[in-house]
Amino acid sequence: MSILGVSGLTKRFGQADVLRGLDLEVAPGERIAILGASGSGKSTLLRCLNFMEMPDSGTVTLDGKIVGRRESELIQVRQRIGMVFQQFNLFPHMTAIGNVMEGLRTVRRFPKAEAQARAEKELARVGLADKAASYPAHLSGGQKQRVAIARALAMEPELMLFDEPTSALDPELVGEVLGVIRTLADEGRTMLLVTHELGFAYHVATRVIFLADGVIHEEGTPDQVLVHPTKERTRAFLASHKEYSLQG
Amino acid sequence: MTYQWDFTPVLANSGLLAQGLVNTLKVTGTALVCGVVLGLALALLRLSPRSYLSWPAGFVIEVFRTTPPLVQLFWFYFALPLLAGIEMTPFMAAAVTFSIQSAAFFAEVFRGGIVSIERGQWDGARAIGMTQAQALRRIVLPQAVKRMIPAFMERAIELMKTTTLVATISYADLLYAANEISQKTFRPLETFTVAALIYFVVITAFSLAARQLERRLSVSGESTVR
Repeated sequence: MSILGVSGLTKRFGQADVLRGLDLEVAPGERIAILGASGSGKSTLLRCLNFMEMPDSGTVTLDGKIVGRRESELIQVRQRIGMVFQQFNLFPHMTAIGNVMEGLRTVRRFPKAEAQARAEKELARVGLADKAASYPAHLSGGQKQRVAIARALAMEPELMLFDEPTSALDPELVGEVLGVIRTLADEGRTMLLVTHELGFAYHVATRVIFLADGVIHEEGTPDQVLVHPTKERTRAFLASHKEYSLQG
Repeated sequence: MTYQWDFTPVLANSGLLAQGLVNTLKVTGTALVCGVVLGLALALLRLSPRSYLSWPAGFVIEVFRTTPPLVQLFWFYFALPLLAGIEMTPFMAAAVTFSIQSAAFFAEVFRGGIVSIERGQWDGARAIGMTQAQALRRIVLPQAVKRMIPAFMERAIELMKTTTLVATISYADLLYAANEISQKTFRPLETFTVAALIYFVVITAFSLAARQLERRLSVSGESTVR
């Protein structure tokens, strides 16, 4: 039984067909790494899953139920699917803990004390208990992204979407964010992760998907896709990524 | 040739000036409050993806931004009673005219502020399940308003000076009082100098307070850049 299903998903921006009838089933506990060249539709796929973008056609199924397009339904779905963005998208006018509490207070209508307790717990989970009172402007990129992860976790989502969570970070800050995601993976959380960190995908993902031309071009275990790819375009993509890496 | 300045006749009529100032502040205050509320509504309508909402809002905004305020005032005060049988006191006509007129300007200030907020802020808000309205109220507007303060101030000052036009429909504002005093005392230079000084003091105090507020916000709220 899959927790999330996608069927015949299409999305076009102007003249560009970004997704062309994509199908995907996600089982509980799966950790899916999504790879692909820039413009292959990775981010658009993620953004269609929680309707940050409206798919042009196709269906998204959550727990066996097809998701409709009414706002009341979408806000329910978005609470069940946490999302972490490349640019963090923290609210700059709120402190770290304010960011984490915001959804609980405004969306879930938690009493203040309860929201605060939950937010403190989530900040501690990402190792930022001592930064609760800091504004985003005073946090490093890695810390910002961890607050953003805590903000998503506070809503107790059933699955998490990570849209290139480390791509905007300085190299020395990538590790702390991947470390947090790794912990979430070890807890058995279901997640979809768009990433360029092939090593991380190899070690953490249970399945790797390679997108090309708006559909799944190749998929399989990390070993199958990353080490023994069968399709030419997958090989070319991996080769271009490995060209400058030390391990080769 | 030397002019003998004599302010005593003006000071003897300071009660009239004070009453005029109160009336000026009444019109300005009403127009500010109504203008901000109405301006936000117009801005939201204008930003709507539905053209049957955005188009009329855009039309109202453009009409009131591009026509002379004096004409608008005459229209509300003299034309409406003739055309629609709606009689208004000078104060009502002034309040309505300047409310709508400043709403048109504030709408553009609001719109500029709202669209200046990165799309990612909407994304972040929607991703945790906020409705469009919650995202606007909790996330986008608080940041937009901070960016709007200088433009808002500029408009408020402009508004207070534009309200001097109400003297033309016999509303006893500060300038109207000054005019009366100068005709009574034959001391126009002194009277209008004092009137100008009052505008200067009130507006300067107002902008200092606003700058203080701006500074406070930028300290507590942090900058809106990432």
